Amino acid sequence: MKIAVSTTGNSLDAELDQRFGRAPRFLIVDTDSGNVDVVDNVQNLNAAQGAGIQSAMTIAGTGAQAVITGHCGPKAFRVLSEAGIKIYNTEAKTVREAITLYSDGKLNAADNADVEGHWL
Amino acid sequence: MKIAVASGKGGTGKTTVSLALASVAGTDALLMDCDVEEPNCHLFISTEQQREKVYGLMPVIDKALCTSCGKCGKICQFNAIAVLGDNVLLFPELCHGCGGCVRVCPTGALKEVDKEIGEIGGCRKDDLSLIDGHLSIGQAMSPPLIRAVKNHGGKEKYIIVDCPPGTSCPMVTAVRDADFVLLVTEPTPFGLHDLTLAVDTLRELKLPMGVIINRADSGDDKVKAYCKAEGIPVMLEIPHRRDIATAYSRGEIMLQAAPELSLMFRKLLKDVENRVSEVKK
Amino acid sequence: MKELVIISGKGGTGKTSITASFAALAGNAVLADCDVDAADLHLLLKPEIKNQHEFICGREAIINQEQCTNCGLCNSLCRFDAIKVSDGKVIIDPYSCEGCGVCVHFCPAQAIEFPERLCGEWYESNTRYGKMIHAKLAPAAENSGKLVAQVRQAARESAEKQSGKLILVDGPPGIGCPVIASITGAIAILVISEPTVSGEHDLERVLKLAKHFDVPAMVCVNKWDINPEAAERIEQKAVACGAKAVGRIPYDETFTQSQIRGQLVVDFPASIAAQDISKLWNEISQMI
Repeated sequence: MKIAVSTTGNSLDAELDQRFGRAPRFLIVDTDSGNVDVVDNVQNLNAAQGAGIQSAMTIAGTGAQAVITGHCGPKAFRVLSEAGIKIYNTEAKTVREAITLYSDGKLNAADNADVEGHWL
Repeated sequence: MKIAVASGKGGTGKTTVSLALASVAGTDALLMDCDVEEPNCHLFISTEQQREKVYGLMPVIDKALCTSCGKCGKICQFNAIAVLGDNVLLFPELCHGCGGCVRVCPTGALKEVDKEIGEIGGCRKDDLSLIDGHLSIGQAMSPPLIRAVKNHGGKEKYIIVDCPPGTSCPMVTAVRDADFVLLVTEPTPFGLHDLTLAVDTLRELKLPMGVIINRADSGDDKVKAYCKAEGIPVMLEIPHRRDIATAYSRGEIMLQAAPELSLMFRKLLKDVENRVSEVKK
Repeated sequence: MKELVIISGKGGTGKTSITASFAALAGNAVLADCDVDAADLHLLLKPEIKNQHEFICGREAIINQEQCTNCGLCNSLCRFDAIKVSDGKVIIDPYSCEGCGVCVHFCPAQAIEFPERLCGEWYESNTRYGKMIHAKLAPAAENSGKLVAQVRQAARESAEKQSGKLILVDGPPGIGCPVIASITGAIAILVISEPTVSGEHDLERVLKLAKHFDVPAMVCVNKWDINPEAAERIEQKAVACGAKAVGRIPYDETFTQSQIRGQLVVDFPASIAAQDISKLWNEISQMI
């Protein structure tokens, strides 16, 4: 299964970015094969609004079935849920730590957005 | 005649000036509070206000007619529509109401309905009439509400517009069609700096303007020197007095505390009128 | 990393002077001036600009007169009154154009271009109290909320780089888009209020907004002695709205006089204002 983790870096030991919509990139970790892909959060950075929505559409395009991030606002949450992607919030410091917590069953899927919009 | 009262920086005395100007003009004037994020004029007039809701437009989707072609998502510049496979999600809080999605939809699956953006209020006391706008909390877009307030003007001889502070979209929307703009500032470095930004903006908009220096004797002379160098008239200097500040703090109109200033404001109104007729010539 | 956002609802309450004094008291905070409509913090902190960036925001419609057939369709489609026909020529008013692109899409002659819009600049700078991120919006430019987001993001990155623990944000006035963009996700907001009817009224709106976005709020009444009863009411209202009353500062000419000299209030340690600001800072730094 593929999991997307928001990050500021480009490896498993990189820092987990607490932001979802404005994270610079996502690591797409395939838990079966151990493959790691880096996906730039290429959205229209110059758009005035709606970063979370665009990030969520980017994730949907990668085929990931879960997202691990710090906080996820309501709009991104709605897009991810509609795309059938589960959202896990964590305070883990690194991508590796987040994946380990997930694999150990220590993360619970969020039922709702955990922050209001405009969380940057 | 529309006189806009604006300032680059907040807290310089825009509301004080607007109220004083409207009260010397009396029944000839309508005061319009376009500072819809922080409308304060009504606090000096009356607590009783009649309010009506103001609506903008937003799209809704009829999923039975939608073919998920994605055209609506493509035209939307504000990310208010996300097309995911055969699912179309709408985000009304991001919608600017441009109507592009509805027009581009080939099957008529999108139509527009009302969305509340705020309220317009009105009240009067003695000769003073006020119309104002109150932006709904958490609503990010004030220009449509400001436009709605401005459309409520009647046949009054003077329309006095209390503008939002700053130089961005809400301020521009409010000053836009004014015949003259009064910029209220203070004789301090902050006051001067923000005045220069407001002047730049009004020059871009090609609007005639004058400056009012509030708390005139509390700071330095740099605002005056700037106005002189730039050829902008200083229309009025309001003295710095603790009794005026105290009256304001209690919700009293300045002229109640300092009736001797009425004459200055009558003259100001006359001066503005003269300058407007000069510009028109 | 913690972000303290200092806002005021209405302007002119002394917010920027207090923020600048906090910068001196905190020592090594990253400073972010999010009051991009009327940015004044740099007048006190005198930043030395290290890097300068363009701020692009959205797009704008520009008519290509050579291709335009003057059919007037764009004029009838525009919801923002931005398109006028005068002397048989179609003119787009850049200050009313919302950048929605509807005219661009439907123009039968493809005569409307849609380039990105330059809306301002933002800067990374050094001050004697720490790094500072600040910005300038182009005259009459729109969308300062996005620029606020950009300034905050840059401040966070700057703080991360130097393992900084605190970001002090000088917030914008009002309760609209720029304010929302400046307070969400902050550790706390400090509202600098004043004891006037406007101050009381705006406080309520700002605190509702903070609650709406679930950000803890603190309230300080500046110039409290202009109207002690109103100062009392403001503090009670703050508590009733779930905020904490954290201090008072009297009306003090030091605010104006220090500003005229290009100095901070706390540069005049004998003044009551300076002492009260120091007390306020001690209180706040314990809370965050």
